[in-house]
Amino acid sequence: MTTSHDPGRGPVPDAAGHFGGYGGRYSPEALMAALDEVAAAYDKARADPAYQAELAALLADYAGRPSPLSEARKLSAHAGGARVLLKREDLNHTGSHKINNVLGQALLTKRMGKTRVIAETGAGQHGVATATACALLGLDCVIYMGEEDTRRQALNVARMRILGAEVVPVTLGSRTLKDAINEAFRDWVANVEHTHYLFGTAAGPHPFPFLVRDLHRVVGEEARRQVLERAGRLPDAVAACVGGGSNAIGLFHAFVEDPSVRLYGFEAGGDGVATGRHAAAITGGSPGVFHGARTYLLQDRYGQTLDSHSISAGLDYPAVGPEHAWLADTGRAVYRAVTDAEAMEGFRLLSREEGIIPAIESAHAVAGALTVGRELGPDAIVLVNISGRGDKDMETAADYFGLVDRT
Amino acid sequence: MTTLSDALGRARREGRAALVGYLPAGFPDLAGSIRVIEAMVEGGCDVIEVGWPYSDPTMDGPVIQRAADRALAAGTTPADVIEVVRATAATGAAALVMSYWNPIDRYGVDRFAADFAAAGGAGVITPDLIPEEAGDWLKASDAADLDRIFLVAPSSTDERIGITVRACRGFVYAASLMGVTGTRAEVGAAAAGLVARTRAATELPVCVGLGVSTGEQAAQVAGYADGVIVGSAFCARVLDAGGVDSALPRVRELAAELAAGVRAGA
Repeated sequence: MTTSHDPGRGPVPDAAGHFGGYGGRYSPEALMAALDEVAAAYDKARADPAYQAELAALLADYAGRPSPLSEARKLSAHAGGARVLLKREDLNHTGSHKINNVLGQALLTKRMGKTRVIAETGAGQHGVATATACALLGLDCVIYMGEEDTRRQALNVARMRILGAEVVPVTLGSRTLKDAINEAFRDWVANVEHTHYLFGTAAGPHPFPFLVRDLHRVVGEEARRQVLERAGRLPDAVAACVGGGSNAIGLFHAFVEDPSVRLYGFEAGGDGVATGRHAAAITGGSPGVFHGARTYLLQDRYGQTLDSHSISAGLDYPAVGPEHAWLADTGRAVYRAVTDAEAMEGFRLLSREEGIIPAIESAHAVAGALTVGRELGPDAIVLVNISGRGDKDMETAADYFGLVDRT
Repeated sequence: MTTLSDALGRARREGRAALVGYLPAGFPDLAGSIRVIEAMVEGGCDVIEVGWPYSDPTMDGPVIQRAADRALAAGTTPADVIEVVRATAATGAAALVMSYWNPIDRYGVDRFAADFAAAGGAGVITPDLIPEEAGDWLKASDAADLDRIFLVAPSSTDERIGITVRACRGFVYAASLMGVTGTRAEVGAAAAGLVARTRAATELPVCVGLGVSTGEQAAQVAGYADGVIVGSAFCARVLDAGGVDSALPRVRELAAELAAGVRAGA
């Protein structure tokens, strides 16, 4: 795959998918032909005005793009008076940024002549988005989901099923997102002839980190334009939550070459990084090889993957996309951990002050951005990606805050 | 120690394919895994792949996953893997390690190569490492004079087969089918064609793995390959037996059946 992309729009992986020393392809040889096929098909599609037009039409008329930029006036007081602008990916169809990637890859699946799509999901956001695109485009759809997550997110399982997807609970390993990905890779290698693995985050083997970033690039490009129009200048900081890191990389990409814009990724700190019960791969992990890429991950001293912990199922993943690993090492982006308690306070604040119930994933970004605002002061503009909405999280929130009367 | 070239050469001189058996180190526990491997060799395995148990074995089906989980639950460490290699080499079989890349990466590539060679290890199979990402490993395995085995698959293009065999030493591992490890009713029809394509690119021996569990299948694969690799069937014998003592005769019997197969097929 060539690495052509718009000039002046930030770093690109090399031809083999390396971001500095990270990324690449640590996958079985059996998948190399399929990975090459996806890379070549996307390279071709990317340069094809027909594909771009079809995708643009779906993003506008189906997903509802561009997503708005909201001024969070009351939240500003909690951010040291800094101006807080919210990129509203929660208002997209299916309720999160995930739809951007899914529509792009589902169109690609059809162009490759494949008829079946598999995907993994943790919180269910990517699974719901994938099931949605498959319903729209007439593709068979199988979603792998850790058994533990099917219980935590039962409503999303129902959503996927009504959309026509088969949901397969994964009972191996820790029964969460990482095990769902393992199982999806096993399915893919056996069915690769007619199946596309619609990977949900900017991680995994090349070309996925590049492909998923490219399909989410629209988030940052829109936001950059919207902030310039609204404020007349670039933001001082942009903030996003980071699990695998797809919403963050989509937002960051447009700002990487703007040296005045600080990039902040907020990882899931769980009970606190010091407790070991967290999902902060960069803040609390170390470099290694996982799910097809060299990147930061949570591992023990023997290289066995450690279980991750987060109140947010969507961030409950023991690794991170390789481009984030590279942005962290180069210092271009700063990664911090936000604990469950801090994230839930962000969740409460955004709901109460702005009337926006965010996904708990996105609440990590809100909590982190408030701190950044206080650090930068009242003249600063902080852009926060509200990557998803919180409907799916209301059971967790109701338990956490005691919102339901129990008799 | 027995090298791969010794083990595969002996089989070739006897006009047959070699029998390669797989078992995770530490499964069902450290001492048990050594006893099971000894039984595999007694039954007729020429080469043993010592599996390095890993938390996320994406190329393995449910049987080997369960075996690896048992080994990890038993507390198997990298030092245990090296210990099992040492015990395997002492049986007279060629001792290989089969490992996903992260445990070796974490151990330290150079340090692993040195420790593994010192324990009598002959070579290493790396199922999720392709030659293009293997720069450190190519150097370390050269320095420690270790064989290194990469995989080819039915989906591999001739170009990729060329890249892969040029990086291999000892033998080339041909995956018989598109899928994960596990016993199958039939060995993939794609296997013979893949072996032929691989032979066109290299003089190295070609061993076939994935799906073989019976003497009959071993004989069939031995008709076109230099070695027959069996893993899940051995693990299943141990899982089903309920204890090492009762597993040993079943393991010996399976190895003998497969050993007869590789002799019948040539």
